[in-house]
Amino acid sequence: MSTVCCIDLCRFFVQGEQTVRALDHVNLEIDKREFVCLSGPSGSGKTTLLNAIGGLDKPTSGEVWVAGQRIDGLDKADLANMRLHHIGFVFQAYNLIPVLTARENVEFVMQVQGVTASERRDRSMALLKEVGLEDMEERRPAQLSGGQQQRVAVARAIVSNPAMVLADEPTANLDSVSAEHLMGLFVNLNEKHQTTFIISTHDQRVMSYARRLIGMVDGRIVTDEIR
Amino acid sequence: MITNVTLSLAWRNLWRHPRRTWLTVGAMVFSNILLVFLISLQFGMYRVMYENSLRLFTGHLQVQAVGYIDEPRMRLTIPDAAGLAARLRDAMPGNDVAARGLAFALASSADRSYGVQIVGVQPEHEPRVSSLPGLVKRGRFLDNAGMQEAVIGSVLARNLRVDLGHELTLFGTGRDGSFAAGIVHIVGILDSGSAEIDRSFVQISLADFQDIFAMQGHGHSVVLMTSDLFNLKAATAKVEAIIESGESVVHDWNALLPGLKQSVQADMVSAWFMYAVLIVLVAFSVLNTQLMSVLDRTREFGVVMALGLSPARLGRLVLLETAMMAGLGLLLGVAVGSGVVLYFYHYGLTFPGLEAMTAQFNLPGRLYPSASFASLMLGPTVVFLACLAAAIYPAAKLLRMEPVAAMRAV
Ligand SMILES: Nc1ncnc2c1ncn2[C@@H]1O[C@H](COP(=O)(O)OP(=O)(O)O)[C@@H](O)[C@H]1O
Ligand SMILES: [Mg+2]
Repeated sequence: MSTVCCIDLCRFFVQGEQTVRALDHVNLEIDKREFVCLSGPSGSGKTTLLNAIGGLDKPTSGEVWVAGQRIDGLDKADLANMRLHHIGFVFQAYNLIPVLTARENVEFVMQVQGVTASERRDRSMALLKEVGLEDMEERRPAQLSGGQQQRVAVARAIVSNPAMVLADEPTANLDSVSAEHLMGLFVNLNEKHQTTFIISTHDQRVMSYARRLIGMVDGRIVTDEIR
Repeated sequence: MITNVTLSLAWRNLWRHPRRTWLTVGAMVFSNILLVFLISLQFGMYRVMYENSLRLFTGHLQVQAVGYIDEPRMRLTIPDAAGLAARLRDAMPGNDVAARGLAFALASSADRSYGVQIVGVQPEHEPRVSSLPGLVKRGRFLDNAGMQEAVIGSVLARNLRVDLGHELTLFGTGRDGSFAAGIVHIVGILDSGSAEIDRSFVQISLADFQDIFAMQGHGHSVVLMTSDLFNLKAATAKVEAIIESGESVVHDWNALLPGLKQSVQADMVSAWFMYAVLIVLVAFSVLNTQLMSVLDRTREFGVVMALGLSPARLGRLVLLETAMMAGLGLLLGVAVGSGVVLYFYHYGLTFPGLEAMTAQFNLPGRLYPSASFASLMLGPTVVFLACLAAAIYPAAKLLRMEPVAAMRAV
């Protein structure tokens, strides 16, 4: 069964006289355990597609299915609940709450999910260890490097064992060593937890980690290759 | 549900901009100190006003015949009024008690006649329940029961063209409906500052009163001064147990003098208009601070909303932050304010011109603020609630926030 399915998906932005076709009749199916890279130049619609899949944005037309459920018609509260329990997000920047420590950032989301205090602590420590930050749990984001911050965001994204993790240009603000480290972590988690990863990027090195590479231009999928 | 991560998150969020937070807390503290002080002083003044007004004549409690309060008829009396007063005095040490008789009569001097209020008092006990004996400006107060002496109001003396040593003839109706008459001579002139009393009062001894008006030992009221005019429940119950007759009742000062509380409340309302200005200013500073704080965190809120946090939860976070800030303002304001109040509670407060001003109202020249839980907490509690109310708008802004738009915000 596919984890994600987009059927004839369109998202148009009307700006004055112009209509921007951010997504232009996109058809896409992504299976469980896939490790997908969305590539394409800036403005090609990568973020818009991830937002539609993650239920952050309503498409103009078409259908979005996630884990067997059609989500494009859900109301805000249901979408928020779905994101909280079934989807992990890693954004390009400003992922973390600056006044909370690394561990608290991970715990905060679990707390909202209703996880008990003792379990929160155990799981956050285990996840921080898994992303290689076992000695840094008491640090605030400002005391962590950009790569370390992104790894905290990854730990937070996978706390609820989501069906998939959506990462929008997660390496854009990282140096190449940190970027490769982060991609290695994604690959590991994908193999170990069998989580689906969909990562947007326009970085050539990131794409080299992909087992399926989807290329976008002007809101359309132009290439889709499995490697 | 609030657990420790949320609490520490809210608390730390407050200190992201320490200067901004301290400015807002400072405004709260300042206004709280001011309110604690002003309200305590105001309550202290009201207490003095109540005490002075009631001490003039009404007292804190009165025992009367049923119905007398609505229609003061001669026949509505308390049997053995002096005896009841003595029993109350014995049973309730620490309270002052005196019996009285009251009648309307015509008072005639050599030249003129006026309708007057005759008050029969116990000369040895009246000075402990009323300030009138101390307000005799010329001559002296009554001292010996049964000597046909009278103390009269200064305006009445002028109207009747009488002075110390002159005689007055009193005509009225006795308790039994018979014609009542008596002759008294004036030993004191009363200047109370109350127009009504100075124009109409003739005080004679209760014994003379009972003679003239054929009272047979009866009186019309027994007046009590207790230790606390705001706490009369226990005293009332005790008096009720002692009178134990269906013919007499106990009234408190609020029933006896209903206008007093109303005039104080009217004053309170006008004071609160002034306080409201202060409170609104503080509330606006909170509104401003929390709007900025929400605006500053637009991206951050966008990210956590994208993760699935509900806007309502984030709105509650903003309210929690405000509550913490307002709580801090309340603690500091009440602490410092109470210190100021306690200082003046001990040493009193006076300033140039105060004495001249207060003398008009028969108030002492040194003011003592009251220091009760209510007087210390009332203002700061209202400020706290106003601050929370002011944060509703910034919190509600989050309800309309869209995560995608918020994350794109600069
Ligand atoms: N909220 C929006 N309002 C107007 N135009 C938008 C909005 N979001 C995206 N776009 C436009 O849609 C196109 C695709 O944007 P985006 O998905 O962000 O591309 P990418 O992530 O590949 O850089 C761009 O032309 C962008 O300007
Ligand atoms: Mg993008």
